[in-house]
Amino acid sequence: MINSSLKTLGQMLAKKEVSSVELTQAFLNRIDTFNPEINAYIALDQQKTLAQAQAADAIIAAGNAGPLTGIPIAQKDIFCANGWKTTCGSKMLANFVAPYDAQVITQFDAAGAVNLGKTNMDEFAMGSSNETSYFGGVKNPWDFTRVPGGSSGGSAAAVAARLCAAATGTDTGGSIRQPASLCGLTGLKPTYGVVSRYGMIAFASSLDQAGPMAKSAEDCALMMNVMAGFDERDSTSLNRDKEDYMRDLNKPLQGLRVGLPKEFFAEGLDAGVGQVIESAIAEYKKLGAEIVEISLPNTGLSIPVYYVLAPAEASSNLSRYDGVRYGHRAAEYTDLMDMYCKSRAEGFGAEVKRRILIGTYVLSAGYYDAYYLKAQQIRRLIAQDFEEAFKHCDVIMGPAAPSTAFKAGEKVDDPVAMYLQDIYTISTNLAGLPGMSIPAGFSTGSDGKALPVGLQIIGNYFDEARMLNVAHQYQQVTDWHARMPDLPTPQGTK
Amino acid sequence: MALSIEDIKKIAHLARIEVSEGEAAATLTKLTGILGLIEQMQAVNTEGIVPMSHSQDVVQRLREDVVTKTNQREAFQKIAPALGNGSAERAVDSGLYLVPKVIE
Repeated sequence: MINSSLKTLGQMLAKKEVSSVELTQAFLNRIDTFNPEINAYIALDQQKTLAQAQAADAIIAAGNAGPLTGIPIAQKDIFCANGWKTTCGSKMLANFVAPYDAQVITQFDAAGAVNLGKTNMDEFAMGSSNETSYFGGVKNPWDFTRVPGGSSGGSAAAVAARLCAAATGTDTGGSIRQPASLCGLTGLKPTYGVVSRYGMIAFASSLDQAGPMAKSAEDCALMMNVMAGFDERDSTSLNRDKEDYMRDLNKPLQGLRVGLPKEFFAEGLDAGVGQVIESAIAEYKKLGAEIVEISLPNTGLSIPVYYVLAPAEASSNLSRYDGVRYGHRAAEYTDLMDMYCKSRAEGFGAEVKRRILIGTYVLSAGYYDAYYLKAQQIRRLIAQDFEEAFKHCDVIMGPAAPSTAFKAGEKVDDPVAMYLQDIYTISTNLAGLPGMSIPAGFSTGSDGKALPVGLQIIGNYFDEARMLNVAHQYQQVTDWHARMPDLPTPQGTK
Repeated sequence: MALSIEDIKKIAHLARIEVSEGEAAATLTKLTGILGLIEQMQAVNTEGIVPMSHSQDVVQRLREDVVTKTNQREAFQKIAPALGNGSAERAVDSGLYLVPKVIE
């Protein structure tokens, strides 16, 4: 049951082969067993969760169930959920109980889905290993000595360890795709503006976008049907007609033009990862795809541009945490300035402070043109690279991350090395394009551990249905997405 | 344009984050590395390129000037931080938030 697709679970619920309460309890039991070790969840509330499951069972009994009614979903702790502790992985919000629901939460509630709990994440979504979380790191279910990626590391580990049926994530520079790659799952970052940011704690507003993290493309499509949609409370939400993301799943791929950017296969890509990606491309050829060589010449600039724009926006967004109305306030202070400075010094972790300082610096008097404006100009060049590329291909493929999961602690003291984890994902955020990562195989490192590798699929604006089709067809002829890690049974468990 | 310890302290003050001498030194090293990465941008000729802030060519929506929210002061003030300086009470009084005196 824990391995079943969302569609199968929906059918089992509809046929009363299992109730939502039983299904939810099964996941809660697994969480009880494995979460103390993996640390994927940082807020659980069995009472609330089971009440939602009971309500879902009533909806199913009344014959009003939708595709996700009664299905237990893990929510990244970046989404405000009324009455739930919502911390964004930070000490700053360690005691923050959200007084309202994010639109994403509202949509899952309306669909009758069950909120299993809130998942761990890098503090304020700033990180690529989940190690900046105030609530401790998350273990990669494929190898407990390694990181799950980040910032949606808790959601990725929860899906990989089957501690939920599916999960939500957010992606500002790769935070859905890189952990999906490192944990062997399917994750989709939609076109910027497709999923509402209302109630999603802001990091870099012009880049932040929420999306599904699940076991397959089909599951992601079902999740997208719930998550996508116009919301007037998000000023950058796009007013578009609702679409059915399942509609193209079964289309054949004959004649699909796949663009391979040469910059994604250059220096810096791990050889083992490169081989897995090449095998995946070969599989696509067998499915009828035509390979086109393309170039995204400004790819290398995406990281410098991102580390101006994202910290600049973060320094502005995070100025709201002042210890006045909510969040952490220092225990001892003299005057108002001292209260601000101490509350923020105590409430934020090292990486968040670094980014606020970078952002403050690049926005400070005299530097705006040299940094922020320049970065916005290069951002356009990066978007134009994609515009040109999509004249020659339908989707772009390459690695989602330059390596497989790395060891915990390996990059924690070297921010620049950590930032390079997102070299293949950031440009998509800057351009506002949709991107996904799907399991494409395993690469065995020097220590003999086989670790998952993600194939990235980048689509043109609003082309999510086609990308899901491209992913789904691959998942019909391969079983990488169905592989699950062998979890060591924790000692002393029932 | 290398950063100095004094620059770090000034930026930290602008960002309203207290930094100790030790932290300032460690931060200087890390920030210098990150700014080195950012410096790669300066080699690009961007003359005449329109800055991009949103991928779609959209304009800011306006809405009718009507009240859409209800008053939730009590719910919002329930999550106010503890006052501090020895008091565990919430930093609210008569529907207002309490902060150190700013006007003499």
